[in-house]
Amino acid sequence: MTAEINNLPDADIEFRDVSKRFGDVIAVDNVSLLIKRGEFFSFLGPSGCGKTTSLRLIAGFEQPTTGGVQIGGTSVIGVPPHKRPVNMVFQHYALFPHMTVAENIGFGLRQRKPKPSRSDMDKQVDESLEMVRMSGYGNRRIWEMSGGQQQRVALARALINRPTVLLLDEPLAALDRKLRRDMQIELQTLQREVGITFILVTHDQEEALSMSDQICIMREGRVEQLGSPRELYDLPVNRYVADFVGKTNFIAGTVSQVSGGTITLETEKGMSFSGRHSPETKMLSPGDNACVAIRPELMLIGSDSESAADMNTDIALSGQIKNQIFLGEHTEYLVATDIIGDVLVLSPKYIESRHKGFGPGDRVSVGWKNEIALVLEDS
Amino acid sequence: MIDDTNAKRWLTGVLLGPTTVWFLFMLVLPLVVVAIFSFGMRSPEGGYVASFTFDQYFNLPSRLAAFKNTLSYAPLGTLASLLIAYPLAYYLAIKVNQKWKLLLLVLVIVPFWTSLLIRTYAWIFLLGGKGIPSLLEFIGIEGVRLINTPFAVIVGIIYGYLPLMVFPIYISLEKLDKRLLEAAADLGCAPARSFFQITLPLSMPGMATGCMLVFILLMGEFLIPAFLGGGKVFFIGNALVDLFLQSRNWPFGSAVAITLVIIMLVTVSLYMRLAMGKSTGQDESLM
Ligand SMILES: Nc1ncnc2c1ncn2[C@@H]1O[C@H](COP(=O)(O)OP(=O)(O)OP(=O)(O)O)[C@@H](O)[C@H]1O
Ligand SMILES: [Mg+2]
Repeated sequence: MTAEINNLPDADIEFRDVSKRFGDVIAVDNVSLLIKRGEFFSFLGPSGCGKTTSLRLIAGFEQPTTGGVQIGGTSVIGVPPHKRPVNMVFQHYALFPHMTVAENIGFGLRQRKPKPSRSDMDKQVDESLEMVRMSGYGNRRIWEMSGGQQQRVALARALINRPTVLLLDEPLAALDRKLRRDMQIELQTLQREVGITFILVTHDQEEALSMSDQICIMREGRVEQLGSPRELYDLPVNRYVADFVGKTNFIAGTVSQVSGGTITLETEKGMSFSGRHSPETKMLSPGDNACVAIRPELMLIGSDSESAADMNTDIALSGQIKNQIFLGEHTEYLVATDIIGDVLVLSPKYIESRHKGFGPGDRVSVGWKNEIALVLEDS
Repeated sequence: MIDDTNAKRWLTGVLLGPTTVWFLFMLVLPLVVVAIFSFGMRSPEGGYVASFTFDQYFNLPSRLAAFKNTLSYAPLGTLASLLIAYPLAYYLAIKVNQKWKLLLLVLVIVPFWTSLLIRTYAWIFLLGGKGIPSLLEFIGIEGVRLINTPFAVIVGIIYGYLPLMVFPIYISLEKLDKRLLEAAADLGCAPARSFFQITLPLSMPGMATGCMLVFILLMGEFLIPAFLGGGKVFFIGNALVDLFLQSRNWPFGSAVAITLVIIMLVTVSLYMRLAMGKSTGQDESLM
């Protein structure tokens, strides 16, 4: 496995069996991964799963307890942060309060050996200010800047030395929703412009899905799944990933039958449901705990009288609408079914017109085709 | 209807009242008395005789040595305290284990629990013939004289004023965001450099406060030079003690005191202006 990784020429960052312990806590647990040059890579996971620690291992603020970290094909074990070709945007920006905006941005230039000429530095700082659309703010004080502006200053400061990798630790967490959306787009554009590897830490799945080429889903220090947003969304390895990436309906049960790519589960109440075996999941055999996962947008909602055949689905369950959220192009229904509990259904507008809209309290049928249901490990 | 702003103004007045009265009677009034005395004459048996003359001020050059000493030892002592206190404060704020921090901080204050007089006496013994010099003799270094030298005065000053310098610096270093140092390292700044580029400038307000406290108090110091300087190093404070208590020349003493106050006002306001200009101004005031 490691030999294979080694042969890839465009590996920018590589973790080989990296573990990091803080006393009894294992923050990063035997992680191996590879981040390609020019990629937009994200670490995604709940609080405390080791995202920041992974980033700090790359930046050099932490040294792995065991295992190796490589940047651009060379080991960086023992190399202090100030000698690594990576730069970081800190979670709360960590801008220098005793310096102006321009001084903050130029800080990296002033540390270079040999030091660039005064005019050269000024020119580069001006260009950076322009890049983050802050021209004319150079002489302002840091505390005069708004959250979004500080974020841009932090970005410009981290990019001025043209690092090969930019690390971003929840850079947008402190911004409001609207500004966050704008900054996400700006970050993506910027990444394409400068063409360097971006490694983003976030616990916002929407952010990770919309921005990244590759996402690493972490759980208690381990890598749960690594793949493109589409792979993670369409083929999650287990319930944890499916639950973390997008919304999903789960039906838990015990595997009763495995035939080819199709697996059938039996629920506690004795109902049978089947679905495809996810190719990313380890093979399941009868008796294993598993779950059927169905994305809400792949479910259909119809009036109470409609059968599976009427809706052109394999399954039809009746239930009652508990809640309805109008989302513009979609309507989200929470349906309390009689046999599998609450189910979330996302119904697009063009289908809505078919049944003239439902409201809370209405009896309805929900259905889906077996081929869109995935059977996953229940963990 | 009650006028809200008027009520507030009244409340402010009432709350500030005691402070104002205290300030007037305890600070301003004595100073006015001293100022009036300074234009008077000494009666033959000592004390004060009303008059209006500048004689006392013309007589100031006779105490030039005391002024010179104070104005050189006060900055020198402040600087020496700063140089000793900074590494200590740095160690306490940044290096030391959280477990030991409180204990060490208490150890810095403990000497303050006894009077400076007693602690200075201890130094007389330590620096005197039976103290450190006899130890030095024991290892073969003879003829070292410590007590009653400028060195002894500086040692006494550092010892006496160290906590006043350590605490403000400690506080400014303690609240320094450690991530700023990581950010500096991340941008290519080696640790030694980041001390001068980040830590030192951001602890400036603490240093400014500490220096001011020590400097102001040193200007009025008399115990340390009297005990450890052996009459060779003579401060204005000593002159005042002498003039008011020994020779009972109140008018001349008052003139010396007023001059000292003026010198302090001028130096401190110059210093404030300088320090304020340098500091970031953000939320960090000098005190
Ligand atoms: N310096 C440290 N000393 C002790 N434990 C630490 C240290 N840094 C991290 N940990 C622990 O390691 C684990 C992972 O921490 P980490 O900061 O990497 O999480 P995270 O995924 O970034 O979480 P969040 O989303 O909350 O920022 C946590 O249990 C944390 O308490
Ligand atoms: Mg974190």
